[in-house]
Amino acid sequence: MKTNLEFTAEFHQPDIPDIPYNTLNLGPTHPATHGIFQNVLKLDGERIVSGEQTIGYIHRAFEKIAERRPFYQITPLTDRLNYCSAPINNTGWYLTVEKLLGLKVPKRVDYMRVMVMELARVADHLICNSILGVDTGALTGFTYVYQYREKIYEIYEEICGARLTTNMGRIGGFERDFNPRVFELTRKFLQEFPPVWREFENLLTRNRIFMDRTIGTGGLGVERALNYGFTGPNLRACGIDYDLRTAEPYCSYEDFKFDVPVGTTGDTYDRYVVRNEEIWQSLSLIEQAIKKIEAEPPGVYHADADHYYLPPKQEVYKNMEALIYHFKIIMGEIDAPVGEVYQAVEGANGELGFYLISDGGRTPYRLHFRRPCFIYYQAYPEMVKGQMLSDAIVVMSSLNVIAGELDA
Amino acid sequence: MIPDEYGIFTAEVPLNQLYRVVHFLFKDPALEFNFLTDICGVHYPDDAGRELAVVYHLQSMRHNTRTRLKVFVPITKPEVPSLTGIYASANWMERETYDFYGVQFLGHPDLRRILNMDEMVDFPLRKEFPLEDPLREDKKDYHFGR
Repeated sequence: MKTNLEFTAEFHQPDIPDIPYNTLNLGPTHPATHGIFQNVLKLDGERIVSGEQTIGYIHRAFEKIAERRPFYQITPLTDRLNYCSAPINNTGWYLTVEKLLGLKVPKRVDYMRVMVMELARVADHLICNSILGVDTGALTGFTYVYQYREKIYEIYEEICGARLTTNMGRIGGFERDFNPRVFELTRKFLQEFPPVWREFENLLTRNRIFMDRTIGTGGLGVERALNYGFTGPNLRACGIDYDLRTAEPYCSYEDFKFDVPVGTTGDTYDRYVVRNEEIWQSLSLIEQAIKKIEAEPPGVYHADADHYYLPPKQEVYKNMEALIYHFKIIMGEIDAPVGEVYQAVEGANGELGFYLISDGGRTPYRLHFRRPCFIYYQAYPEMVKGQMLSDAIVVMSSLNVIAGELDA
Repeated sequence: MIPDEYGIFTAEVPLNQLYRVVHFLFKDPALEFNFLTDICGVHYPDDAGRELAVVYHLQSMRHNTRTRLKVFVPITKPEVPSLTGIYASANWMERETYDFYGVQFLGHPDLRRILNMDEMVDFPLRKEFPLEDPLREDKKDYHFGR
């Protein structure tokens, strides 16, 4: 017969399950995870043993919506992919349609596009690098350089009237010519921004704390990076000199002189440095583009293709032909040729590809976006494996994962 | 390689040869397609017996070439070998294709939905899945004389 004492002793047997690792939900409410990424990390003390991600459900079915829309109305969908550099996405989409239609645009339009795209690249890298500073604890640099993104947005506003989701341009060119104020603002930006950016670099690049936090963290070997489908600055940080602007030039990038910065180890610090150097290259590209635009005959801002280029609004009010074409293009009356096109542009964080299947109708039969963020974010658990918990934030920040592009 | 009119060599690969072909392209030193750019599905509802297509874009970083491979499978048995053994990047791309088209990638380590919620039963990018209310009358083609 059990005594009361024996019973209580048995009852109080410690019932601790044998769990060797702690589990931590990093995100989705952490500021660095943009409100949607959940990373379930297994931790041994403060060291990450393994991780698994959920990428949230902001999926907006762009590919499905695109199957019901004429080509012009797909541009607003591309704006919202990587909203930090919307003009690059817009131009990528126009290049895809132009390739399908066989449209050739004048050189001046190419240079105008280069100027706009490089401004977008500066804006994107600016945000990425300054937020990387914030995630290591340096808020000052961010608040200091952030106003220069606003200056870039003012240039966009002057070009097309919008700031963030730009919807910039048309198939075959631009909506209207750049006015003199655009060049004035860009020149002002080119004068004012470099000293500020130099100062930002001085704040971080040789900073002891920043270097300790970033060097040797989040690296992935060249082979693994290629296998994981890395492109853009994240791949170049590993030491591969691959840039679509030089490998498969579009928009007359072959007329420009610029270097492709590469890193060595592919860790967080290299990604930061590669982005920094790309900003300098982009600034030089903008300067060259302005010179080239001014050397070309003025007033040419679209291809001579009535059937595809949406006529300017002023024309539509006055000219009957323009009104008819406006109506036919907007309503999707003009059919596209049958064909399959893949066109990629060097987006701010990698190869942004558009795969378009046209069955000859007014809308794409199938449109697939190759979003660089979606493809390389799956490498994240492998990149943070064995790192400290605080490195996980910095690695994610330096990968420049944009939520809008992840869940197209 | 002979490119098509838009500059990319395109080939249709029989289903049972797909893995072997991709592996050859990956390994062969003269071709070296070491980079998987994209995987996506396409639905052709009128093409009996080959309703679903999976399109692969491969790329060689060293030789700077691209190629496009296609496999067609019947919608009743949409089974395609997984390429995760060759390219790590195929993992999420195949999950995305499964999510939207219901293509079963044989040998995939973790074939789950990725962009839609797990409870969903439809494959939303198939053509029979309506984007809007099909009874809606204001967007019919005959309203515009088509």
